[in-house]
Amino acid sequence: MSKSVVEVPPKGGFSFDLCKRNEMLANKGVNPPSFRKTGTTIVGLIFQDGVILGADTRATEGPIVCDKNCEKIHYMAPNIYCCGAGTAADTEAVTDMVSSQLQLHRYHTGRESRVVTALTLLKRHLFNYQGYVSAALVLGGVDVTGPHLHTIYPHGSTDTLPFATMGSGSLAAMAVFESKYKEGLTRNEGIELVTEAICSGIFNDLGSGSNVDVCVITKGGKEYLRNHLQPNPRTYTSSKGYSFPKKTEVLLTKIIPLKEKVEIIEGGDAMEE
Amino acid sequence: MKTERKLEKQARTVRSGYLYILSLALSASRDTAKMDLNMDSNAPHSMGTTIIGVTYNGGVVLGADSRTSTGMYVANRASDKITQLTDNVYVCRSGSAADSQVVSDYVRYFLHQHTIQLGQPATVKVAANLIRLLSYNNKNMLETGLIVGGWDKYEGGKIFGIPLGGTLIEQPFAIGGSGSSYLYGFFDQAWKEGMTKDEAEQLVVKAVSLAIARDGASGGVVRTVVINSEGVTRNFYPGDKLQLWHEELEPQNSLLDILNSPTPEPMNI
Repeated sequence: MSKSVVEVPPKGGFSFDLCKRNEMLANKGVNPPSFRKTGTTIVGLIFQDGVILGADTRATEGPIVCDKNCEKIHYMAPNIYCCGAGTAADTEAVTDMVSSQLQLHRYHTGRESRVVTALTLLKRHLFNYQGYVSAALVLGGVDVTGPHLHTIYPHGSTDTLPFATMGSGSLAAMAVFESKYKEGLTRNEGIELVTEAICSGIFNDLGSGSNVDVCVITKGGKEYLRNHLQPNPRTYTSSKGYSFPKKTEVLLTKIIPLKEKVEIIEGGDAMEE
Repeated sequence: MKTERKLEKQARTVRSGYLYILSLALSASRDTAKMDLNMDSNAPHSMGTTIIGVTYNGGVVLGADSRTSTGMYVANRASDKITQLTDNVYVCRSGSAADSQVVSDYVRYFLHQHTIQLGQPATVKVAANLIRLLSYNNKNMLETGLIVGGWDKYEGGKIFGIPLGGTLIEQPFAIGGSGSSYLYGFFDQAWKEGMTKDEAEQLVVKAVSLAIARDGASGGVVRTVVINSEGVTRNFYPGDKLQLWHEELEPQNSLLDILNSPTPEPMNI
């Protein structure tokens, strides 16, 4: 009897082929690399004329800081911004996706986007994924109905608050807000309070660090203050500079301008089908 | 009624594609969300809660605390757990914050359609049934206990309790949430048929306040909503203005106030 191999067409979906191998490796102590997370302190508060959002700028991959100056305040609409904590890929992807949907909605309706629209789109998406899209967001903006600030949790629940903090440094930042927040703050007081809250997160939480980003949104427009405060400058740089050993020796440098190879015709005939 | 049957069909399955597939994973993730001293921002956002609904002669009074917790951290100390479904029907939410928000959003949408098709305000019974259909048919995936209360011209004030499994039960008063455990005895003794509006509201505030005193997962402020033929009234009782119960201390001024005052007195030993 000949052993006939039945040709099975490749099926779609997740391929579980490497799972046993991964399990064996994990048992031997070789773990897969951890996700790139934004340890994070993100905050938002409502002041007299609108909303101020703040974020730190550290992105971590397990115990390593993989990005010392990342941007956590994402653009959603000209009048709406969103800070993201959790898995960096998830926050980027979900905010980009909803930002596109809002743009299409603006074309459709011909009106400025509202914060509740962004809120509903985000919470529906996150609820559908039952918390597996690990994105904790602080959404803030000013629309025709006024200034709004919302927090969105990975499972899809939302809260509407006058001041909010999220991320691993949220407890440190919330302590600052709870003691110093009051209604009707001016722009400068608000920025100072937000900066203080983020600094509290930066210095007291290991998952947050580097610089402070601030975004002020009012009815008139928005002001994105990237690296508004840099309380962690590089303290030592070698005065002699760094010289790295030259690895590859250059044998020959030959530059051929492409104009010699290609004939350029000025004002030719138009293309025809 | 044709419109009701159509609504029933729509309400039978929550249209969220991945819920079925992830129902197994959901139960696993909930197990791992243990009570940590550090806040796990991925822990399901649940409302510890005390929710109450009480009928009186002329309408209903709904009451709730305002604490939303993520593990051991209070994520929102001033949340509003009494959400509007229609002009005359409100629902108190408890359990998973996400699940209860989504269910009440769907039911608000269905009720809006129903009101347009019916041509008059929806009855409390219809609202409660829509909630029940969603809760029962998705019982494997949802974790939410709700109390529906409202007033309509046919039956007057009504309270319907819809706990975890999706039972629908019409009651003269209903309690729910983790803090309700401490109120069963209290209501057995304090509840009376045919109370006035003020008596009913005071009963609700007292009950929520008692539950807040004993349940760690309830706290913050007490919110009440009174619904009757005249309309809806929202009330707010700040946490520090509530009556003090057994062994509760008067709130002390912060020692920082002493430092900031113009003439700080030396401490007396």
